[in-house]
Amino acid sequence: MKRKKYTAPEDVTLPKTPTGIEGLDEITGGGLPTGRPTLICGGAGCGKTLLAMEFLMRGAMLYDEPGVYMMFEESAAELAANVRSLGFKVEALVARKKIVLDHVHIERNEFEETGEYNLDGLFIRLGHAIDSIGAKRVVLDTLEALFSGLPNHSVLRAELRRLFRWLKDRGVTAIVTGERGEAGLTRYGLEEYVADCVIVLDHRVEGQISTRRLRVLKYRGTTHGMNEYPFIITANGISVMPITSLRLDHPAGVQRVSTGVPRLDEMLGGKGVFRGSSVLVSGSPGTGKSSLAAKFVETACRRGERALLFAYEESATQIMRNMRSIGIDLETWVKKGLLEIHASRPTLQGLEQHLVMMHDMVCAFRPAVVAVDPISNLTLEDTEAAVKPTLMRLIDFLKQKQVTAVFTSLTSGSGAASSPEDSQVGVSSLMDVWLLMRNNEFNGERNRTLYVLKARGMHHSNQVREFVLTAAGIDLLDVCVLDDRVLTGSARATQEAHLAAAAELRGQGHQHRQRQLASKRKAVDAKIAAMRAEVDAEEEEMNLAIKQELMQENTMRQNATSMAASRGELGNKHNLSQGKP
Amino acid sequence: MSRPPSHLKPPVAAFELRLYVAGQTSKSLTALTNLRHLCENHLAGQYSIEVIDLLKTPQLAAGDQILAVPTLVRRLPEPIKKIIGDLSSEERFLVGLDVQPAKPLKPAGE
Repeated sequence: MKRKKYTAPEDVTLPKTPTGIEGLDEITGGGLPTGRPTLICGGAGCGKTLLAMEFLMRGAMLYDEPGVYMMFEESAAELAANVRSLGFKVEALVARKKIVLDHVHIERNEFEETGEYNLDGLFIRLGHAIDSIGAKRVVLDTLEALFSGLPNHSVLRAELRRLFRWLKDRGVTAIVTGERGEAGLTRYGLEEYVADCVIVLDHRVEGQISTRRLRVLKYRGTTHGMNEYPFIITANGISVMPITSLRLDHPAGVQRVSTGVPRLDEMLGGKGVFRGSSVLVSGSPGTGKSSLAAKFVETACRRGERALLFAYEESATQIMRNMRSIGIDLETWVKKGLLEIHASRPTLQGLEQHLVMMHDMVCAFRPAVVAVDPISNLTLEDTEAAVKPTLMRLIDFLKQKQVTAVFTSLTSGSGAASSPEDSQVGVSSLMDVWLLMRNNEFNGERNRTLYVLKARGMHHSNQVREFVLTAAGIDLLDVCVLDDRVLTGSARATQEAHLAAAAELRGQGHQHRQRQLASKRKAVDAKIAAMRAEVDAEEEEMNLAIKQELMQENTMRQNATSMAASRGELGNKHNLSQGKP
Repeated sequence: MSRPPSHLKPPVAAFELRLYVAGQTSKSLTALTNLRHLCENHLAGQYSIEVIDLLKTPQLAAGDQILAVPTLVRRLPEPIKKIIGDLSSEERFLVGLDVQPAKPLKPAGE
């Protein structure tokens, strides 16, 4: 039995004896009053005997305080058999002289009263048992049997008063059990004698589900938790879950963990959620809440962290099979011991006991991630007012442990008329991140969408994303928005194709225009070339003409020269020189 | 204070009685005196008495399921019968031990 010793607070005015029962020591601020008797009362089957026995067993095992169990109803063998089913091996401790079991058998019809007597016989028996092992703890279960066994109650009452005085003088820490009575706490008014500490156990049935509860009615000389605390009887004994939400001082880390869906991480500021935060995934049926939770858990395992999945709708194997169909392999991690799936029916026990059980499992397994799928099922039987404080305790507890938690919640009424924001059980205010998943019915099909309703302490996307489950896993897609309408599924695909086609068409138009321009440019070029050729031709012609003219001139001059020569040398010389060009 | 039977006639007494007391208190002394007186009157010659002081032998208290003192236990004949108190009532003594009165009842003891 692995339970750590409870370390009492530093300010202890009254010496206390730890019971070793986790939770109870916290409520009582360290345990039962040392050296004084404590009364534990309650109806039949509420766990008095077990609580008393656990007090002795843990005393002997954890604190080295031997104990005497004096029983008036069951025999030692019966008791040993009864508590063995709860994991206590009394015989071993009896053999090691840590515990003495003494069965006081009273049979009314074996007795005949003649004159005065006292209960020294009982005192001597008890004293002998205490001395034989040096007991520090004593349980009397239940003294009330004496009232039916001994006819003279006035003697008995006087003797009981003496007995409690005597127990105090012996300095043993005692538990006295008493059956709940009609008028008082106990049938024979034992509370009259035990004035130091009274613990009431209760076993109530509400909505066909029974819940055990414990309350410290009175604890003289010390403060203690006043509330009723649910407790369960597990294979390891009693477990009381104290209210943790008296304080709100859990540390807030800055480390972020991935949700396992990259696009979702992107929506949450690009890094996922804070470690130790609580995520609520709510949505109508079939929107993929469980898948998202499973993905979250699987991702934690991939990181090498431990994860715990509480399933209240499907069995463990069913979950593993179903998740495999979308590429989430949980089985591997279960085999590796990183993942634990705890599946049970919500109606198995009350909400409070479910929480106690979760509390215990989280303490034992120490996961980094916890998923509860779904919390809305847990709240079936309880009224809404009762749900919030209990869930608050769980969330607070998980935060204290720095466990990242994912809760799925089924919103009632999938129609668009009921607002999903209203359909939560008032727990959303406790959550750090709230993802809302919806089914969009349009165009003859339903498609899943997801958006981030809130995410404390981080930037988050305001966009609606389409949530797609494929054999390869979970993905988020951008949705198409057309005329104020969000398109998903094939409508989105159609719209996307439509847009693509239009884009292509436009592309083709552009090319056409470019080609036209190019040919025009070519035509222009050709024209330019022709004109240039024309000009060239003109130039050539012009040059030719000039040449011809020059030649004519030359010829004329030669003719003139030859004429002058023929007329006279001198005069002609002068004229000739002047006339030269 | 365990003492041998004081009036043993037959090898096995028909009435084997055991008186549990806690110390030499006036109550236990009264009980013992009353017991001797009653036995002589009604069971003369067929009884044995063993007195057990639980202060000396506390481990014996569990055996006969002793709670109150003084307690007289009729170990034989079967079944075991118990009488608690100082045996000041002769009638209840006889009823408790299932004994037929030998002579008319008279006030016994103090």
